[in-house]
Amino acid sequence: MDINVKKVKKNAFRVTKHRGLTASRVRVPGGDITSEQLRIVAEIADKYGNGKAHITTRQGFEIPGIKYEDMPKVNEMLQPLIDQLGINQDTPGTGYTSAGTRNITACIGNRVCPFANVETSRIAKRIDKAVFPHDLHFKIAITGCPNDCVKARMHDFGLIAATMPQYERDRCISCYACEKACRLKATQALKIVNERIEREHTKCIGCGECVLNCPTRAWTRSKQRYFRLAIMGRTGKKNPRLAEDFLLWADEDSCVQIIKNTYKYVTNYINLGAPGGKEHIGYIVDRTGFHEFKKWALEDVKLGPDTIVKEHVNWGGIRYGLHY
Amino acid sequence: MGLVLSASRFGKLMEEWSKKYDIYAPALFEGSGPFSDTDQVRYAKVTSLEEIVFDKKSNYPFKEAILPITQVLFYFTEDEVREAAPRGRDAVIFLRSCDFNALRSLDAIYIRNVIEDHYYKGVRERAKFVVMGCESSFDNCFCVDMETNTCSGYDAYIHLEADSVTLDIVNPELADSFSFESGENAQITPKFVTATTTRVNIPGNLDASVAGSDMWDEYHTRCTSCGRCNFVCPTCTCFSMQDVSYTDNGKCGERRRVWASCQVDGFTDMAGGHSFRANKGQRTRYRVLHKVYDFKKRNGYHMCVGCGRCSDACQEYISFSACVNKLEKAMGVK
Repeated sequence: MDINVKKVKKNAFRVTKHRGLTASRVRVPGGDITSEQLRIVAEIADKYGNGKAHITTRQGFEIPGIKYEDMPKVNEMLQPLIDQLGINQDTPGTGYTSAGTRNITACIGNRVCPFANVETSRIAKRIDKAVFPHDLHFKIAITGCPNDCVKARMHDFGLIAATMPQYERDRCISCYACEKACRLKATQALKIVNERIEREHTKCIGCGECVLNCPTRAWTRSKQRYFRLAIMGRTGKKNPRLAEDFLLWADEDSCVQIIKNTYKYVTNYINLGAPGGKEHIGYIVDRTGFHEFKKWALEDVKLGPDTIVKEHVNWGGIRYGLHY
Repeated sequence: MGLVLSASRFGKLMEEWSKKYDIYAPALFEGSGPFSDTDQVRYAKVTSLEEIVFDKKSNYPFKEAILPITQVLFYFTEDEVREAAPRGRDAVIFLRSCDFNALRSLDAIYIRNVIEDHYYKGVRERAKFVVMGCESSFDNCFCVDMETNTCSGYDAYIHLEADSVTLDIVNPELADSFSFESGENAQITPKFVTATTTRVNIPGNLDASVAGSDMWDEYHTRCTSCGRCNFVCPTCTCFSMQDVSYTDNGKCGERRRVWASCQVDGFTDMAGGHSFRANKGQRTRYRVLHKVYDFKKRNGYHMCVGCGRCSDACQEYISFSACVNKLEKAMGVK
C-alpha cells in the first residue's frame, strides 16, 4: 500500500491507528444539518465504514473503518452534502478540502434557544465562506449569549452575541423581574430609581435577561446586534487559557473583517520552524505582543459608534511546567 | 350603514378620521418579542389600513389604549398640585368582539364601582370602538362559551375581504364629512365565530367551597408569578399608586398609577411588612375565581371574556381554560 498521507489529510481523511483504515471527517459549519444530510453520513457509514460515526467536539462527524482505496467513492457520496452545506470546494466530486482552520462551531442559537441573541449558525456559515479552506490553525466559535454554551472562550476568536436593551419607561410596571434576573443571573447592571429602572451600561453584558423577563415589553431588544469579541483562548499542552475580551459591542461585519485580517498577520509572523510548520495564533500574539496583533487586526475595520476597543489585553491561564 | 369600500377608499376614510381622532389598532412590532427575532402585535397609534394587523390575535389587548400602563395623575411642587393634562384628542379604537365585551368589565370597575374614576371616564367617553370581525377563532380562544363571540353597541364594524373592506358604520359621527358613493352601500353581515376548539365548562352551581380545594396546589410550583396573565388580560384593572420625587429636586414630583398584578410579589404587601397571599397556588385561585366566579356575583356576568391571551402568554404553559375545567370536579372536595 502506497499512500501520500499528507494528501489524505488535506482531503479530510484521517490516518488512524488501524493500518489500512481511514476515517472521513465531515465538517458541518455551525452544526446545522438536515435529516437528508444526516442520511448521507449514515449511508457512507453503512456502505464504506463500519456502521458507526463519531460526533466530534467541533460539530462534525468522523466516519471510521473506511478503506483507503474507497476514498474516491466516499468523496462522490459526500458531494451532495458538501453542496447543500455550501462548503467552498476547488473541484466538485473530490471531497472536503481539509485545512488547519477548524470547523466553525455555533450553539443552537435563536432558531431554537430562547436566550440566544442571534442566529449563530448563519454567522458560522458566513465566516466559513469567508475563510475556508485555509492551512492556518484558527479556531472560531459563535455563541448566542454570554452563557457561552459553545465555549467561545476556548477559541482563538469567540463571538459572544449581545443585545443592547431598550427601555420604554412608561411600559414599566415596577415588578423588578428584570432587576432580579440581572442581579441573580448576570452582572447587577440594573438599579431601581424612583420605582423605575436605570441600566448601568458599563456593567451590562447584553445578555438579554431583562428583555426575557419583562412581562410588559418595557424592555425590548435593539435592532442592531452586537458581539463581544473574545480572543486567543486555547487548550493544549503549554498554556491553556480562556479568551479575553478584545472588543465590546462590536458589529458582525467588523468581527469577520478582523478574523480575515488576522490570517494576514499570522502569515507574516508565523514561525515556520515550529513543529510541522504549525504555530497557534495565541502563541504568535504572545511573541509579537498584543499591540502588534491589534494593529494588523483593526486595519481598515470601521467599528461602529458603540464599540469599545480594549487598550490592553492580558491573558492568564495555566502554565504547565513553567519551563518554556 | 353597510358599506363595501376599496382599500384605497377606506384609506381616505382613515385619513379623514385621523384629522379628528387618534386611531389605536393592533399593529406589528417587529423584533419586540421577548426572544430575539420574534414579533409582537400590540396597540399603537396608526394612520393607515396597512399598519393594522387583522390576521393575528394581539399579544396585548386594547386596554392600554384607554387605560395606559403608566398614567400620571398629578404633579406636585412645594405648595401646588397640578392635575396632568387630559388626552388631547378623541380616540377610535379597533378591537375584537371579546375585547369589546371586556369594556363593560372595565366600565364596571372604573365607572359603576361606587366612585367614578374621572381619569378613566374622561378617556372612555372620548373613545369610539370599531369591532374587527373574526373569520375563525385563534389558539386558546373560548369566546363562544363565555358568550362574548358576538357584540352590539359598537360605533362601527370592520372586516377585510380579498380586495375590499367591509364596514358597518353605526355611529354617524364616524361618517362625518365623508361622502360615500352610492355603489359603496351594501348589505353586510358581521363575522362572528360560532365555535372554538378550546371549550370551558363553568359549573352553574359553582360556589366558594372550590377555593378550599387542593386543585390549586400544583400552581404553587408551576407558576413563576411573572404576572403576564394579568398584563395581557383585557379585564384586569388593578393598579398601584406611585408617589415619586424627582431626583434633581426632591420638592417636585408626581403621582402616577401603573398596572399591577395579583400574581406578582408585593401585591398583598401591607404596612408592617406582612404579605397575606404568598402561595402562588392561592394567587392563581384568587385570579381565576375573580374571572369566573365572584365578579359575576356582583355584576351578573363573567369578567373573563375567553380571549385566551393568559394561556397564550404563560411561559409555564399554564392554561386558564384547563384550570377552569377542573372546577366542577374540585367543588366540595378538599
